[in-house]
Amino acid sequence: MSPSKSATVEVRLPTRLGYEKVAMSTAEAMAKLHGFPPDRIEDLKTAVAEACINAIEHGNRLNENLSVGVVLSVRPDELEVKVIDDGKGIKAQPPRPNIDRKMHGEEDPRGMGMFLIQALVDEAEWVAGVDGKSSYVRLVIRLDKEA
Amino acid sequence: MQTETKSHVDQLTSPAGHPVTLLRFEGDIASTSKDAVLGTYQSLPKNDVKLILLDFTKVDYINSSGIALVIQLLIEAANAAQKVSAFGLSAHFVKVFTMVGITKYANLFPTQSEALAGL
Repeated sequence: MSPSKSATVEVRLPTRLGYEKVAMSTAEAMAKLHGFPPDRIEDLKTAVAEACINAIEHGNRLNENLSVGVVLSVRPDELEVKVIDDGKGIKAQPPRPNIDRKMHGEEDPRGMGMFLIQALVDEAEWVAGVDGKSSYVRLVIRLDKEA
Repeated sequence: MQTETKSHVDQLTSPAGHPVTLLRFEGDIASTSKDAVLGTYQSLPKNDVKLILLDFTKVDYINSSGIALVIQLLIEAANAAQKVSAFGLSAHFVKVFTMVGITKYANLFPTQSEALAGL
């Protein structure tokens, strides 16, 4: 195997919480093969986990008859991950979480997944699928960028 | 698929002589960890416990649902006038906890001894 070449790996996860760890492990293995530094790999793992959790909980609404697709594509200087579900996608970005509002009961303590994804990777975009299906989030981390 | 969260409560005394309640967590901290995180915290006698340390040394995986449980614990602790600190997080999760603002309401330390000394 030549880590300098482009490669794509696809994983299909059951719609069941906990299976995001399979995607995390796959992303970690690919990033290690291609020389990403440990801190960026940790960022990637958390972002991939949150994207898969969102797909399981919100995209597929915990429907175990559906699955979550994860497509990991590595190029010489970046790793792209697409997490695909059968939801309609998001209409608008949620507001940035505010810890003071959470502590004062003015905001749900949850709802940090998308914020973490955006904060931890170099690119993140949410794309609504046609006919309300096959929506995906696309994440990119670059090899030359420090966290 | 998720590793079960285990929790254990220890009682310690800080170098300054204050009683400290230590909540040690082990495994994953995710949406399934409510009993281990909040349940264990809520079982503590609120009137007697004023200093709390959270030990994440043996925690392998924390996701946003797990972070939300930690925030819920901090909310309840703040309402009970309890001070919460934490130690044992990896550098990555120190960064994540800092990003979401938890460090505004709980001090993070590398080790148990540093946490105890910092109380």
